Order: sequence, then structure tokens, then C-alpha cells
Amino acid sequence: MAEKHTAGLFDIRTVIGALLGLYGVILLITRLVAGDAGGENSDPENANLWMGLVLLVVGLAFLFWARVRPVVVEEDEE
Amino acid sequence: MSSHLASSVLPLATDTIIDANLVDYLVVALYFVFVLGIGIVARRQVSDSVDFFLSGRSLPAWVTGLAFVSANLGAVEIMGMSANGAQFGLPAVHYFWIGAIPAMLFLGVVMMPFYYGSKVRSVPEFMLRRFGPGAHLVNSISFAVAQLLIAGINLYLLGTIIQAMLGWQLWVALLVAAVIVLSYITLGGLSAAIYNEVLQFFVIVAALTPLTILGLQKVGGWSGLKDQITQAASSNPDGPTAAEQLNSWPGTALTGFGSDFWSVVGIVLGLGFVLSFGYWTTNFVEVQRAMATNSISSARKTPIIGAYPKILIPFITIIPGMIAAVAVNEIAQVKAGEAVSGGAEGSVSYNDALLYLMRDLLPNGLLGVAIAGLLAAFMAGMAANVSAFNTVFSFDLWERYVVKDKPDGYYLRVGRVATLAATIIAIGTAGFAANFSNIMDYLQTLFGFFNAPLFATFILGMFWKRMTATAGWVGLVAGTLSAVLVAFLSEGTLGGLSIGVLPLSGQGASFVAAGTAFAVDIVLSVAVSLVTEPKPEGSLRGLVYSETPREELVDPKEKTLPWYQRTIPLASIALVIVVALNFAF
Repeated sequence: MAEKHTAGLFDIRTVIGALLGLYGVILLITRLVAGDAGGENSDPENANLWMGLVLLVVGLAFLFWARVRPVVVEEDEE
Repeated sequence: MSSHLASSVLPLATDTIIDANLVDYLVVALYFVFVLGIGIVARRQVSDSVDFFLSGRSLPAWVTGLAFVSANLGAVEIMGMSANGAQFGLPAVHYFWIGAIPAMLFLGVVMMPFYYGSKVRSVPEFMLRRFGPGAHLVNSISFAVAQLLIAGINLYLLGTIIQAMLGWQLWVALLVAAVIVLSYITLGGLSAAIYNEVLQFFVIVAALTPLTILGLQKVGGWSGLKDQITQAASSNPDGPTAAEQLNSWPGTALTGFGSDFWSVVGIVLGLGFVLSFGYWTTNFVEVQRAMATNSISSARKTPIIGAYPKILIPFITIIPGMIAAVAVNEIAQVKAGEAVSGGAEGSVSYNDALLYLMRDLLPNGLLGVAIAGLLAAFMAGMAANVSAFNTVFSFDLWERYVVKDKPDGYYLRVGRVATLAATIIAIGTAGFAANFSNIMDYLQTLFGFFNAPLFATFILGMFWKRMTATAGWVGLVAGTLSAVLVAFLSEGTLGGLSIGVLPLSGQGASFVAAGTAFAVDIVLSVAVSLVTEPKPEGSLRGLVYSETPREELVDPKEKTLPWYQRTIPLASIALVIVVALNFAF
């Protein structure tokens, strides 16, 4: 295996955090813009709101995790 | 709440089940940017064939653990399990709590040290070292063929779903999906496949969780769901009763057995033991993920960490299915025995349950997340099959039997070509998959043919040093053939080919076929071993339990880890949870 590579952007947590965070933002914007454009079923536009918030928080949590404990690519090989 | 932008942007669009608008397309497009991005970044890090095929053995256990579940959480599984939930109700949880968790724990605790410790690159290679070329060839070829078939099924379903959701024509959808899967695997190899699986896992959860919550809100919570299922069942005396749908045991509607006792035996032995152990412990698609880890301890923890999300998945697949069966008109009508036109394949089937529930409940925005999740699941499923196929094809078939002793780069190229070929063949297989109505039945049938005898041979080979090379391949071949024979004699398991001599159909027939294969394999392997020459002393180190020093089977660093990062405590907790859930439901 190649001896040293920094994880950086390729850290899967960064990727997950970025995607989920962006999804959260998109849902929140959709909720803001569309307002009550939703249908008659059980407050769908509110689903965009709370799920958007959840996704944003989870996304940020992943980014935070990747930042506080970055991947140290181990050199010790079996 | 619809926008017709989508259909004017896409000239190929036809009538769709779901009204996707620009936001949804944005969400889906974003997902693909990430998927291809992973492939491109991963490419820079792929430097040799171990990198390409086994991710350089460098991934942490939580990543491979999620990938382990995710490789199996293809859309076949998601659609199939929500379909089972809609059709049978709670007994469908057996596919998880009985049919997966015990085997996953067993794989981690007992079998993984042999796989990882022997440094083989694939499950068939283990076969080669333990039993020699006969069993190896049988295993490699049957595995490779099965992967192509399953990749084809995944692709076909993906095509029909894209057609139903976005209105693209089937062939366009097939080609686009195939090209995307192809590009990220050929670029990044197993790392890209695994990373995408982990990403897909989160997208799937983000899609199915709100669907479940909104669905439960709509039917009035869990008790409302039970009331409505009871009501629907009482007006439909032909279907499963409310009690059968709301209790996981004895699951007679699922097995198709008349007797409670035999139904429980069928589920525990057929599904829980033979089918499930066969699938989870010998299927290289799964085991490959654990082999990509950085230590024997991580390899063992891979299936065990995977077991935790696996325990919870029924709550976001089977329950939405049950909700759809009472809250979605089309699915409720199907359950009442009516034929309804629509759905992904012309007439509505249980497999469409999730799609209709998405249509009814999700607002644009979340709908996009759900579409992305389903597309992701299909592609991940197919990618898992294709990446396992190219490893087995390159190492176990090409390098071993066709062109030997070439430099590493040569086999890396072979792997890439195999990936391309597999994708093209999968497109062809996709058409073949269209002939089978219930996807789960078909998959179970395949597993019965390939995996049940494989598990018998492995487990006997790992713990009985006397077992001989001849016994290895004879057991495998005879076991597989006996499963085919049972399927042939049953009712409709192989479609028009089954002649109906045995009064078994559906899942029950699969359980019996797998059980037969297992028993035949064990009996023949023992009998043949007793009359043939065993392998010489000393050649079985690392492959057979009694011949392997204990310290080779454990990670010396494991003792330094806190208890919650150790294999056995983690496995024990998962087992306790599963037992508790079986009592609760």
C-alpha cells in the first residue's frame, strides 16, 4: 500500500457531513420558499422543516467529528 | 403540489407515480455529484491491486461495518422488505432478527479470524487453500454467475423505479445507471464502492425515517396502525388474519406451512440457520467489506457493528410497508385481492408500496431525498455485486486458471475490463429478471442454490481437519443440485419449470430447498471424506481450527481496547437486543 496519504477531503465523515448538511439547507430553503404549497397530508411542509433541521445538525456533527479527530493514516502494517 | 417543469425538461418523460419538481432533481443531482466525486478522489489513492480490490486493508471498522449492512441494503432489499411488510405484516422481521443478526454475529466471532488471518483475497481463495482447485472452481464460477444475475436484477429494478418515479424510459434509465456505477467502480475500486455504501446508508435512513414518522402520524400511531390492519383483515377473510400480521411468530402466512410448529421450525432452521448463515458467512460481497479493514479486530467487528443498524432497519422498511397496506388506496386494493393498474411494472404490486407511500406523504424536497436514497440503494447493491465479481474473476478465475504470473498492473487492468463486461452482461440479465414476480422469492431461490451448501462445506472444513479435497467439491455440487431439484419439484419456485410434486411454494419452498442442500452437503462430505485421502498434516494451519495456534486468531491489540470496542462484548449486546425484540413483537 502507498505509505502516506492524508485523509483530508477523502475522509468519509467530511463527505457525509457535507452531503447531509447541504440536504438540510435545501430542505429548509424549500420550506421557506414554498411555505404552504404542500398537499393535504399531515403537514408535509413541516416535515421539510424538522427533517431539514435534523439533517443540518447531523451533517454539522459529522464535520465537527472529522475536524476534532482527523484520520491519522497508520503506517504500521501487518 | 406539482410542477410540470420536470416533464418539459425531459422529453422522454411519461406518466409517473411521483411528481418530482426542480428541488427534488437538485437533491438527486447533488447526490450524483458526490458519488462521482468519491470515485475521482479515490482514484488518486488507488496505487496497486490490493488497493483496488481490498481498499489497501486500511479502513476503520465503523466504515466497513456500515458498508457491510449497506451492501445488502440494496433497493431489492428495501422494496422487497416493505413489500413483505405490506403483504405479511410483522413476520417479515424474521428476515432481520432471525435471518441476519445471528449469522452476522457468528461471522464476526467465529469465522472472520480464518478469513482475515489467512490473508486470502476472496472467499473462493479460502476454498482453494482449504480444499484445492475442485471446490475452488465450483465456488468461483457459481459465485461469479450469481453476482451477474443479481446485478442484473438490481439494474432491472432500478430501471423500473426510475421509470416510475421520473418518467424516463426503461432503457435510458438502465444505461444511465449502469454508466454511473461503472464509472465510480472503475475509477476508485473497492474504496469508492465502500465509501458510497456508507454515504448511501445515511441517505437511505434520512429518506425512510421521515416516511415512517409521517406514515405513523397518518394512521394514528402504532395502535392506530394495529386497528386499521385488524379492520382490513376482517373484511378480507382470504388473506392473513390480523393476529398473523401483528405477531412475528409463528409466521405461517410467511412460510406457507399449515402447522404452527413446522412454521417455527422452518423459520428457525431454514431461514435462521441454513439460508442466513449461508448468505452472511460465505457471501464474498459481504465478507469483502470486512477484509478491507486495518486489523483482525476490526475485521471481526465489521459484521458485529453492522448488526446494530441491521436490527433497526425493519422499523423503517417493514413498518412503512404495513402502513402502505392500509393507508395507500392502491396497495390496500391489491391486498383485498383486486387487480389495480399502475405501479412500476404495469399493474400495482406490493413492491410498489414504498413508492406510493412516498407519493402520498412526502413533500417536494424530502421526496428528492427519498428518490436519491432509492437510486443510491440500487446502485450500491449493483456496485457491491460488480466489485465482488471483478475480484473473484481477476484473482480466482483469470489469474489462477487462464493467464498466470503476470505483474500486478496486469490484473488491475483485467479487473477494470471485468467490471465493464459485468456491467454490460448485467444490462442483459436485467431483461431476464423481468420474468419473476416476487423478487424476494427469486433471490432466496438463488441463495438456496449457492450459499446453503457453501456454508455446510465451510463450517465442516473449518472445524474438521479430516475433511478431504474431494469431499469439498462433491458436497458443493451435490448440495446445489439437490436444492435445484427441490425447487424443480415444488410449486412455482422456478416459475413454469416447477412441476408441483411437492406441496410447497413461496418462502417455505426456499427454506426446504436450502435445508436439503445443507443436509445433502454434510452427509456426502462426511461420507466422501472417510474414503478419500485427507490433506497432509501442517498444510491446514490458519485454515482449520484445531491446526491453528490460538494467537493467530485474535488481535494482540484487542486487549488494550476499552470493552465497548471489543468483539465479544459488542456481539453479546447485539444478541441480547435481538432476543428481547423477538419477545416484544
